[in-house]
Amino acid sequence: MNWLPKSPKARRRLWVVAAVAPVLAVAVGLSLYAMRDSVTFFFSPSEATAETAPAGRVVRLGGLVEAGSVVRGTDGEVAFAITDNAATTRIVYQGDLPDLFREGQGVVTQGTFLPDRRFRATQVLAKHDENYMPREVADRLKAKGEWRPGGETPAAGAADL
Amino acid sequence: MIVELGAFALILALVLAVLQTGMAAAGRLRRSPVLAGAAEGAALACAGVVALAFAALILAFAVSDFSVANVAANSHTDKPMLYKVAAAWGSHEGSLVLWCLVLTGFGAVLARARGLPFGLKASAVATQGLLGVLFLAFAVFTSNPFERLDPAPFQGGSLNPLLQDPALAFHPPFLYAGYVGFSVCFSLAVAALIEGRANSSFWPAWGRWVRPWALASWAFLTVGITLGSFWAYYELGWGGWWFWDPVENASFLPWLAGAALLHSAVVTERRGALAGWTTFLALLTFTFSMLGAFLVRSGVLTSVHAFAVDPERGLMLLAILGATSGVAFALFAWRAPQLKGGGMFAPVSREGALVLNNVFLTAASATVLLGTLYPLILEAANGATISVGPPYFALTFNPLMIAALLILPAGPLLSWKRGDLKGVGQRLALAAGLSILIALAGWMVFEPKKALSAAGIGLGGWLILGTLAEVAERLRLFRAPLAETLRRARALPLGAWGTTLAHAGLGVFVLGAVVETGYRVEAARALAPGQTIEAGKWAVTLDSVGVVEGPNYLAEQGKLTVTLRDGSAPRTVTAERRFFPTGGQTTTEVGLDFRGLDDVYVVLGERGRTAADEPAWNVRVWWNPWARLIFLGPAIMALGGLLSLLDRRLRLGVNRKAAA
Repeated sequence: MNWLPKSPKARRRLWVVAAVAPVLAVAVGLSLYAMRDSVTFFFSPSEATAETAPAGRVVRLGGLVEAGSVVRGTDGEVAFAITDNAATTRIVYQGDLPDLFREGQGVVTQGTFLPDRRFRATQVLAKHDENYMPREVADRLKAKGEWRPGGETPAAGAADL
Repeated sequence: MIVELGAFALILALVLAVLQTGMAAAGRLRRSPVLAGAAEGAALACAGVVALAFAALILAFAVSDFSVANVAANSHTDKPMLYKVAAAWGSHEGSLVLWCLVLTGFGAVLARARGLPFGLKASAVATQGLLGVLFLAFAVFTSNPFERLDPAPFQGGSLNPLLQDPALAFHPPFLYAGYVGFSVCFSLAVAALIEGRANSSFWPAWGRWVRPWALASWAFLTVGITLGSFWAYYELGWGGWWFWDPVENASFLPWLAGAALLHSAVVTERRGALAGWTTFLALLTFTFSMLGAFLVRSGVLTSVHAFAVDPERGLMLLAILGATSGVAFALFAWRAPQLKGGGMFAPVSREGALVLNNVFLTAASATVLLGTLYPLILEAANGATISVGPPYFALTFNPLMIAALLILPAGPLLSWKRGDLKGVGQRLALAAGLSILIALAGWMVFEPKKALSAAGIGLGGWLILGTLAEVAERLRLFRAPLAETLRRARALPLGAWGTTLAHAGLGVFVLGAVVETGYRVEAARALAPGQTIEAGKWAVTLDSVGVVEGPNYLAEQGKLTVTLRDGSAPRTVTAERRFFPTGGQTTTEVGLDFRGLDDVYVVLGERGRTAADEPAWNVRVWWNPWARLIFLGPAIMALGGLLSLLDRRLRLGVNRKAAA
């Protein structure tokens, strides 16, 4: 073992490096690998073209729920449309909508595009707060000049109790 | 009047914090015990005054004084008293006062601590005072909770109904006690960088002073995160308990760094080694706490949990974070190379195992940090908006933690300086064999068969059994007469029991997390009254739905019966959908049926119609096997931390120094 350094201090340091380096390498490698596949891109309806968001890839799609577009089927299936006032995408979703889901409100959906360019959502996110607008949605609306703070009128849907 | 007193108290606290910092620093420079003593007095007074301000705020909420803007925005006369009080820390302003209360309160305990050398204590009190100045100034100048409204409204806007929940009422106090408790470790680390010497007796003593703070904060943080996770589990109605959301990660980062700090402080205390690394971790942990506060309050990241988002305040917090951590890490870069010290150890030794633990924990927190901040980095770089989801964390965090957990049971069995790997292997052989059997049993029992989940079950068993094997070894269980074992059990320090509990608790958590994640069954269907939905071995029947009136809400209340598929073992659960007229918000009240370790989790959804045009409700049912363990495990871990904290050695060590 004469290739090891003589001084015990240097030797300890070498051991520490030998322990740290592989763990760090693994951590970096895993991170890079995981970033490729588990990063979800966000689009607004007018940005989500067949090129940027191919069918089958998991993406997030955000915008305002178009007024009058919500159709509740039997067996928990819901269809609605979200819009950024430039383009509109039809969404199908199986399950419970969040408590704060309303027409005219900003939501973010996560899922995949179907071959017919409808969007099958596996998740619909609205926030805890009724004044909430997802930041990405707000940014896109601002960029398009469609931003009307406070202008969204809550639909009557919530008051059916 | 009380409100003005509160506002005044907060300003007085800021002045006292300035005095504390100034006098402690001057006392240190002039070596004047009088000045340093006065600084300690100021620290006590500061904590008392912040407590007064906080009490005034709670009182304003309790009596619903809507002339206070913060009360008007967050409270309502219809709310139950618990939530009126809890609303005091439910908003940005109020929670900042709580933050300051913990900061100055812990600072007061630090000022009262005996046995620290003069210079170290004065520097630490000055640093803690400076942190107090920054956060109190932030509260007073940008987020004054006592601001008046004129004219005062007759009714308040009410606290977000989702937050009106017992678990969430107590979640922030525990979380902040943990977050901000690490500020004392930070101050002690800064003081050690200023005062530290390379001599061998300084660092073990310093390790002994830091460790109780790290232990207490970590235990508080564990409880706080668990309460938050439990709340998300049963209040949001999404069936999950951890979503790798940025806000959740923000609380998890200091927890990971704090866990690393706990372990490296042991090495510093026992052997004087790793001094620089322990100081670094102490700085890092509180930096993560402040980063968390910044991420949660600034709204730079999209989260499902964030509250009271304000970019300007976020910028202020970022400035505080940059200033304190920047200076501290610069100090570290300058001083740390001069702080060499401590004993040598072989790679295979207790120290070596603890180093490995630290390597894994910090690598894991680095991946969590990257995953949390990557959307920000990418957006700044090329404008693309992305989110990093659970798959990323499953691929990066999990393998690192699994590796750390695999070697965990060996650590406490290794001796200091130079360990005997073969001996450890022999002593763990039985535990390892049994764990493999547990994995096999898991593979056979649970359906559908999943190799990875079964291996995870084996890992949980390995943690518990390996930890117990270590205690059994120390007690000479079954190898010595029972009386001898009992004598040894009594003689075993509380710290050792604490370690055992914490590690076994981690195993319990792993079992719960693995089984719940791997074998959870979910089902959803629109049910008319009388209809049944099946999830795994359970069948849930919707009996009736009625309307009930709560103190500040109306609810659709579903009565459901949970039975086994053959109809046996019936039990009734109620699930609600609550509508809060103030704020016009609807929330979900999950129906939970506890079946041993399992949960049958029932969510009553929106009303719709069946094909035959009868009224029907969307009912979602989760069968979450062993979900109980997910929350039990961390509770055991926190208890372990508490036991270690009560160890006489930690307290006596400090007192003995005082006598010397």
